[in-house]
Amino acid sequence: MAVNGRMTAWTTMQTEVAPPPVPEPNIEIKLDARKVNFFYGDFQALHDASLSVQARKITALIGPSGCGKTTFLRMFNRMYDLVPGTRATGEVLIDGHNVLSPETDVINLRRQVGMLFQRANPFPKSIFDNVAYGPHMLGWSKQRINEVVEESLKDTGLWNEVKDRLRRSALNLSGGQQQRLCLARALAVKPEVVLMDEPASALDPIATLRIEELMQELKERYTIVIVTHNMQQAARASDFTAFMLMNQKRAGEVIEFGPTDDIFNRPKDSRTEDYITGRFG
Amino acid sequence: MSLPFVRILLDRVVGALVVLCVMVAAIPVLVLFLFVIIKGLPGILTPGFFTQSPHPQGVPGGGVLNAIIGTLEIVGIGSLLAVPVGVLIGIFLSEYGRNQVGDTVRFISDVLTGLPSIAFGIFGYSVVVLTTHHFSALSASIALAVLMLPVILRATETALLLVPNALREAGLALGAPRWRVTLEIVVPAALGGIVTGALLAMARAAGETAPLLFTAFGNDIVQTNPLQPMGALALTVFRNALVPYPNLQDQAWAAALLLVILVAATNILARVYVRRIQR
Ligand SMILES: Nc1ncnc2c1ncn2[C@@H]1O[C@H](COP(=O)(O)OP(=O)(O)OP(=O)(O)O)[C@@H](O)[C@H]1O
Ligand SMILES: [Mg+2]
Repeated sequence: MAVNGRMTAWTTMQTEVAPPPVPEPNIEIKLDARKVNFFYGDFQALHDASLSVQARKITALIGPSGCGKTTFLRMFNRMYDLVPGTRATGEVLIDGHNVLSPETDVINLRRQVGMLFQRANPFPKSIFDNVAYGPHMLGWSKQRINEVVEESLKDTGLWNEVKDRLRRSALNLSGGQQQRLCLARALAVKPEVVLMDEPASALDPIATLRIEELMQELKERYTIVIVTHNMQQAARASDFTAFMLMNQKRAGEVIEFGPTDDIFNRPKDSRTEDYITGRFG
Repeated sequence: MSLPFVRILLDRVVGALVVLCVMVAAIPVLVLFLFVIIKGLPGILTPGFFTQSPHPQGVPGGGVLNAIIGTLEIVGIGSLLAVPVGVLIGIFLSEYGRNQVGDTVRFISDVLTGLPSIAFGIFGYSVVVLTTHHFSALSASIALAVLMLPVILRATETALLLVPNALREAGLALGAPRWRVTLEIVVPAALGGIVTGALLAMARAAGETAPLLFTAFGNDIVQTNPLQPMGALALTVFRNALVPYPNLQDQAWAAALLLVILVAATNILARVYVRRIQR
């Protein structure tokens, strides 16, 4: 697969730190987590987790329940700020800037790094207002908002299904449609990265496939990080896979990270192999 | 005895118990309703009931126009004071109140809820009447506003807490600041509950007598100036029920019926409104 060879932050950072484990030159690293530790109060949920997320690729996080996938994902847009008593150390770099630093403008970060949740969570507003919420908040002109709503709904394959009822409540849509609406809502503010936390776990197989197809279309323009429990989904839909596991103290660690093909066909770590072949977890 | 039989029997027994409970709850209300309707109807049907002020004792005829206007105005002004403040405090409690300050506010609110309603009358009297040297509708509105406040803020808080956290997360994940998420997503999602809470508080305030006794005081002529003493339906009931003139006693029953209708109408309005938003 052709690698998009744009010169980027990561090439300039090379002088300071060792290169991440992905061994291709001239690749653009969009999000770079380095030795991240995360604490819920006294409980350590992540231990020295590192992950280099390539731009315009799909990176999957897999691992048994409770190993810290959601926690890891929510560090990238600082959603953990909402949970009192949490603490993070290490670095998560986006364009060379540390997300975890207290000076980070969280509002801006979240516009840059959008999120799709496990359960579709449309606002109890009209379909149009759902997608328009972000652009409206950014103060865009009415015309631009109209354009961006149409664009985002087309990007998520919803336009033809909903164009005649944009003013109707979003809550009347089916589960799969709601999830795609939430994706359209996230895309409307033009993020660079989209985080997805088991986005299809509440959907039927057809709606799930629809989301996976969308991910393939969207990865030309967006960087996607997806948490999934579904091994087949990770195998067929992602370019890179990180396998996570809890250590003895129940803190999550990244056991192995690499191209999806390698993780599933030539795992280096026996624990990865055990997991993907279904021997535990 | 076979197991299905036991199950069916149990089902019947529980079903009967439920019906019994409903009846125990509903019968007193229905009896009260019927009684007020029967006793109040003659008074309400008297010509001039809605259009005239009371006549002096012993003079036949007269109505409760002064009290209708008074109740609407006193409760109206009270709501104008209590609803915005109560809703704001409710928002604070639910969205920013997981702390010492929030707990203190909640405690004060619970204490207020438990106070006998005459305490609010004393409050209005000592804070407003004594300082202005004047009974007034405004002092009654202020007393009722304090009485309504805890109801409104608790209803608001409860309604907001029912809004799923996923909606807050969705808004925040789009890069919306906390206050915008609160005002543009969370509050609209809870609007039904908030409006219901406010309407119920208004209905409760409309029926209160004790807070009006030494604040609005009562007035037999139509008065719209909030700085003057004013009549109210609850006061009409209270005063006229105790006089020996049958036409005034009829008026008291009729005023009570009117209050019941007003309160019931407010409740129904609240419910219809909620149903409409939830569509
Ligand atoms: N708000 C919280 N407070 C305290 N501990 C938490 C909190 N959220 C998660 N944890 C703990 O952190 C660890 C990692 O949780 P996390 O939700 O990230 O796991 P996960 O890999 O996403 O699991 P799953 O696959 O079940 O979604 C778990 O042990 C969990 O109990
Ligand atoms: Mg999870």
